[in-house]
Amino acid sequence: MKATIRKTRKLESLTFIFSFLLLVLFLFVFLTLSNMIFKQILDDFQGLINTVENRAVVSSIFLSLYAGFLATLIAFFLGAPAGYILARFDFPGKSLVESIIDVPVVVPHTVAGIALLTVFGSNGLIGGPLEAYIQFRDALPGIVVAMLFVSVPYMTNSAREGFKSVDPRLENAARSLGAPLWKAFLFVTLPLSARHILIGAIMTWARAISEFGAVVLIAYYPMIGPTLIYDRFLSYGMSASRPIAVLLILVTLSIFIVIRVLSAGWSIYDRD
Amino acid sequence: MIEIESLSRKWKNFTLDNLSLKVESGEYFVILGPTGAGKTLFLELIAGFHSPDSGKIRIGGKEVTHLPPEKHDLAFVYQDYSLFPHMSVKKNIEFGMRMKKIRSQEKLLETAKDLRISHLLDRYPLTLSGGEQQRVALARALVTDPKILLLDEPLSALDPRTQESARELLSTIHKKDKLTVLHITHDQTEARIMADRIAIIMDGKLMQVGIPEEIFEKPVDSRVASFVGFENMLNGRVISVDRGVLRIEAGKINIEASGNLEVGSQVHAFLRPENIVLSKTSTQSSIRNSLHGTVIEVWMLGALVRVKVDCGALLSVLITRQSAEEMGILPGVMVYAQFKASSVHVLR
Repeated sequence: MKATIRKTRKLESLTFIFSFLLLVLFLFVFLTLSNMIFKQILDDFQGLINTVENRAVVSSIFLSLYAGFLATLIAFFLGAPAGYILARFDFPGKSLVESIIDVPVVVPHTVAGIALLTVFGSNGLIGGPLEAYIQFRDALPGIVVAMLFVSVPYMTNSAREGFKSVDPRLENAARSLGAPLWKAFLFVTLPLSARHILIGAIMTWARAISEFGAVVLIAYYPMIGPTLIYDRFLSYGMSASRPIAVLLILVTLSIFIVIRVLSAGWSIYDRD
Repeated sequence: MIEIESLSRKWKNFTLDNLSLKVESGEYFVILGPTGAGKTLFLELIAGFHSPDSGKIRIGGKEVTHLPPEKHDLAFVYQDYSLFPHMSVKKNIEFGMRMKKIRSQEKLLETAKDLRISHLLDRYPLTLSGGEQQRVALARALVTDPKILLLDEPLSALDPRTQESARELLSTIHKKDKLTVLHITHDQTEARIMADRIAIIMDGKLMQVGIPEEIFEKPVDSRVASFVGFENMLNGRVISVDRGVLRIEAGKINIEASGNLEVGSQVHAFLRPENIVLSKTSTQSSIRNSLHGTVIEVWMLGALVRVKVDCGALLSVLITRQSAEEMGILPGVMVYAQFKASSVHVLR
C-alpha cells in the first residue's frame, strides 16, 4: 500500500498518519473476526465439528438465513416501489416521510423490539385483530417482522439512489416509443437500477441476519443464530457459544461472497 | 398536423405562457430561441411527458392534451439521444416495435440500412460515437413509421463535420417519409438552413412565427431583432419621409432607411454588422448612409474581424480579415461606415 502512494506522489505526514489509522481500523475488524475463527479451528476443531452436527445449531442458523430471506423479500416489494416514488416525485412532507422511514436505523434495537411487541403482541394494534390467523409472539412471523423493521431502510434508500441514477429522459424515451409507465419501469428503469437494488438487498439481508435485540424481545423461540449464541453464552460460557458464532459467520460470509462473485458481471449504468 | 392552443405551464420558476401554434403536415418546423427559453419544456409538453396547466394540444386532429405519452403517437429524439445503455443497438431499435407489436425483421434491417448503422446492430450504445448514437436514436424513433418527429437540439452535441452530414440526413428523412418535423434549436444558422417555417420563443413566450426570410429580415420586436443578428440598434425619430425613404434622427446622427412611417414617429432602427461596409473615403454611390467615425476596438474572429466604430453612435461591423489588413483597420483610425437604406430594419 505504501508503495503505491509513493509512486503517485510524495508521502506527506497527513497521508502517513491517515494511512496508519486506516491500518488500525482494518486490523480492528479483521483481527477480531479472524482471530475468533482461527482460534476456534486451532484450539477446538472438534467443537466446531460437533456444532456442525448439532441439529439445534443447524436449524437456528437455517432459521436466521430463512427469516432474513423472507424479510428481504418483503423489503424488496415494499422498499423498491417506495424508493421509486421518493426518487421521482416531490410532494409536501417528503423530507418528513424520508426521515421517518430512516428512523429504524437509529433506534436502539431493544427499543424497536419493545415497540414491535406493543404493536404485534397479542393485544397490540395489529397483533390483536390478527391473533386468530397469525401469531407474532415467539413465532416465525415475529422474527420476520423484527428483521424487516430494522433492515428495510437499507433497501428503500438503496433503491431510491438506484432509481435516481436513471435519467428520467430514458423513461420518457421509452414512453414515446409506446411503452406505458409500467413497461418503461420494468424494461428500462428497473434493469438500470438492478445493481443498486441488489446491493440494497444484500445489505438488508445482512442487517436482518445480524439482528438480535429486536428479535429476542418479540420471539426468543424459535431461536435464531444470534439468540442461540447468547443463550449458550449465558448458560455454558464461551466454549459453548463460540463454535456457533464461527459457523454463523462462515456461512453468511460465504453466501455474500458467492452473491458478489455472481453479480460482478452486472454493469453499472450511472448517469455520470 | 400539430395544433397548440393557448398552452400554459408553470415549472419551478419558469412559465410557458399562452402559446398557440399550428404546424402543418409535412412541414419542417423549427423552434428557435436562446438557451433557457422553455423550448425543451414546450416539446416535452407536446410529447405528453408533462401535463399543461391550461390549453389544448391536438395531434392529427385528435385531442391528446391529457393522454399519456404513449398515446401521443409521435417520435421523440432527445439532445443526448437517450439510448437504453443496457440494450444492444438492435434491442434499442426493437423496443418501439415490441411496444407497438410490429414484428418485421425486414423493416428493422431496412431502417438500419437507411441510417447506415447495419454494422452497429450488435454494439452497445456507450461504445458508439455521437453521430452513430444519433443515427441509432433516429432509427429507433423511425422504425415504427411515425407521422411526427420531435427533435430536441439534434445537432448541438455533434462536431461541425458530423453536424453537416446529420443535417443532410434529417432533410432526406423529412422528404422521403413526408414527416412532420418539429425541431428545436438555439442556432440561427441551423434554423435558417433547415426550416420551412420558424417560431421564435423567448422567456416562455412565442414572439414571432414565419418563413426564415421574414424572421431574419423583418423581426417584429427589438428582442427578436437582436437575437437573430441585428446587433446594432439606434433609437430615434422620423424627421422626414420622401418616396419610401425615411430620414431618422438618432441622437447625434441622421440615417436613412427604407420604409413608410409618419413624420415624428419614435422608432428603433436595426442594422446587421455584416451589412455595414468600411471605407477610407466617402465615395459617391447608391449607398445612402455614410457616417464618419473612429475605430474603437478590433477583434479577430478567424476569417472575419469585428470592428467597433464610434460615429456619434457605436456601430458593430463585420468585415473580412483580408480587407481589414488592406485598409489598415486599427483602433484610432478614421473610417466611413456605409450602409444601404434598405439594410436598415425599422420597428416602431
